[in-house]
Parts: sequence; C-alpha cells; structure tokens
Amino acid sequence: MKHDELHILLADDDDDDRLFFKDAIEEVKVKTVVNLVNDGVELMDYLNDPSNRLPNLLFLDLNMPRKGGMECLVEIRSNNKLKDLSIAIYSTSALEKDIEETFVKGANIYIKKPNDFEELKSILEKVININWQYHTSGFNKEHFLLNL
Amino acid sequence: MRKTNLQRMKLHVKYDIHVSCKIILQEQLDKLQLPYTITGLGEIEINESISPEKYKALEADLNKYAIEIIDDPKNVFTQKVKDLIIEMVYMEEANMKLKTSVYLSKKLNKSYNYIATVFSEVTFTSIQNYINLQKIERAKQEIIEGKDTLTEIAWKLNFSSVAYLSNEFKRITGLTPTAFQRIIKMRKENNFTSEQ
Repeated sequence: MKHDELHILLADDDDDDRLFFKDAIEEVKVKTVVNLVNDGVELMDYLNDPSNRLPNLLFLDLNMPRKGGMECLVEIRSNNKLKDLSIAIYSTSALEKDIEETFVKGANIYIKKPNDFEELKSILEKVININWQYHTSGFNKEHFLLNL
Repeated sequence: MRKTNLQRMKLHVKYDIHVSCKIILQEQLDKLQLPYTITGLGEIEINESISPEKYKALEADLNKYAIEIIDDPKNVFTQKVKDLIIEMVYMEEANMKLKTSVYLSKKLNKSYNYIATVFSEVTFTSIQNYINLQKIERAKQEIIEGKDTLTEIAWKLNFSSVAYLSNEFKRITGLTPTAFQRIIKMRKENNFTSEQ
C-alpha cells in the first residue's frame, strides 16, 4: 500500500452538491482521487464490483432515491470486505438523535452539509486530514468518530 | 455479521505492540531465510544484498500485517518521529512531563525546526496536532477499557484537569467523552465491531 493519495467516493443525488464537493476537494492539501455516484443503488453496485478500486473514504448522503444512505450504511457495515472503508455521513440534518444513530450503525464521521462554499472547504480539509492520519498511522479505525 | 443467541464468552487481551511486531518481523524474515539484525524501533539490517524477488516477497508478506517497507528518506525520518511521539504518549505518566521539542531533537540529533518542517511536509499536519490526536486516541482506549475514571485518565495523559481533557476530546472528535462512550457501548450491543 502506498500512501500517496486518498481515494474518495461521494454518493449524492443532488447535482449542485456534487459540483460544490468536487470544486472544494480540489483545494485540499492531501492529494485525492474522487469518484461520484448518484444514488444508493449505484453506490452498492460500485462497491461490489471487484474491478473498481475500493475508496479509503466514502461520503454518504442520507437522503437519496431508490436506496437511502442509512440502508447503504447498514449493508456496508455487514460486509466484511468493506470493513476498512471510512464512512462520512453527509446530511442536512443536525439532530443529535440522527447523528448518534449513524455512529451506532457504523459511521465514522458526521458532517452537517454547510450552506457556504468556504465552510465546505474547511470542513473537507479537516475531515480529509484526520482521515489521512488514520490511514497513514495505523490508528484503530473502530474507534474513529468525528462529528462536525 | 452473525446474530445468534449462543452463549458467549468475552476475553480481554492485553498486548505489547512492539513485542508483537518484532515477532512478526522475525517470523517473516526467517521464512525467507534472510540473515538480519533488528536494530531498533522499525529498523532492520539485512546482512546480505537482497534480491529483487526476495524484496518483493518480503514486502508482500509484511503487507498482510499492515507493515510497510518505507524507502523515501523523508518518510523514514517522519516514521521515526511518529514512533517517538507514540512512545512518549504511552510512557508512564512521570516521563510525559518532558518537553516534546527537547525530547525529539535530542533523540534524533536534529534541530526541532528541521524535524517540524520535514514532519509537516510529509504528514500535512503539525507535530503538536499529531501529538494531540495520539493523546485522544489513547484517551479513547482508556475510556473503552473502562478501568479508570475520566479524572484518572486526564491525569495519566498529563491534562491539567478533566475539563481540559473533555474540551480537547470535543475539539478533536466533535463528541464529549461521555457521548463517545455511549456510542461505542451501543455499537457493541448492536453487534458492530466486536465480531470480525
């Protein structure tokens, strides 16, 4: 495993959100490779296709058509092959109950979608940086929880 | 993931990560019949020139244990700094009062300025920030083990008070230590992470 770049996958059905995300992530210091999927069904197909390289970090929107983020989260966490994947929930809700529920179901990071591009940039910088330290330092991912 | 009602037994294990890693290294090097000396933390001397095939085989064997051969000198240096920081964070309480900058530059025989520059170039973070992260990682472990109270953990990790530990925990993870504890406990009840 070479630690030269971080592979990121974003699952979000909103075109604007996907665009903002891609623009913001290009300004982060850690080198990243970003792939996008449009909903939960596409996401699970992507992850289950052995010809795709598994991402290190998945940003998962909770509200998606066809298959929602919560359902994907549970499916991913019950699949042993995907256990090293860090999952960041990317949601419009900031209810404590929602946050804790996703953590209990195996999410590592909870991000309340910001409205402002600058804020999105600084959040992504922080998330990717911490994830990078986990990735390169062999920290225990089972205890990796981050709420933003 | 299995969900059964079979009777379970919970085992708690304690390990010395340095000893475990050393044994893995010895086993893998023996397997390839390489003459070696393990000279220190994360440093091995191979007493012959190693063929590209053997190097590849060793790399692949070690990767299975998430052990990586580092070949860029800056990465090697940064790994040394990380190892020293980890050692420091997990030291007995009394020794943690050491000043990081003095400790690192004495151990590595380089100016702190140089160490800090190379470190942030490779890791994209500062030494201080990395130490804070490591301390919170240790606090998490202690919280999960559940033997000590937060007050005792704060003292062990050289925080001046519980409030300071809680603030730092919240600043780094976005959660209070209590919320963290509750989530990990619920996860276990939910059969996550405990069965793999």
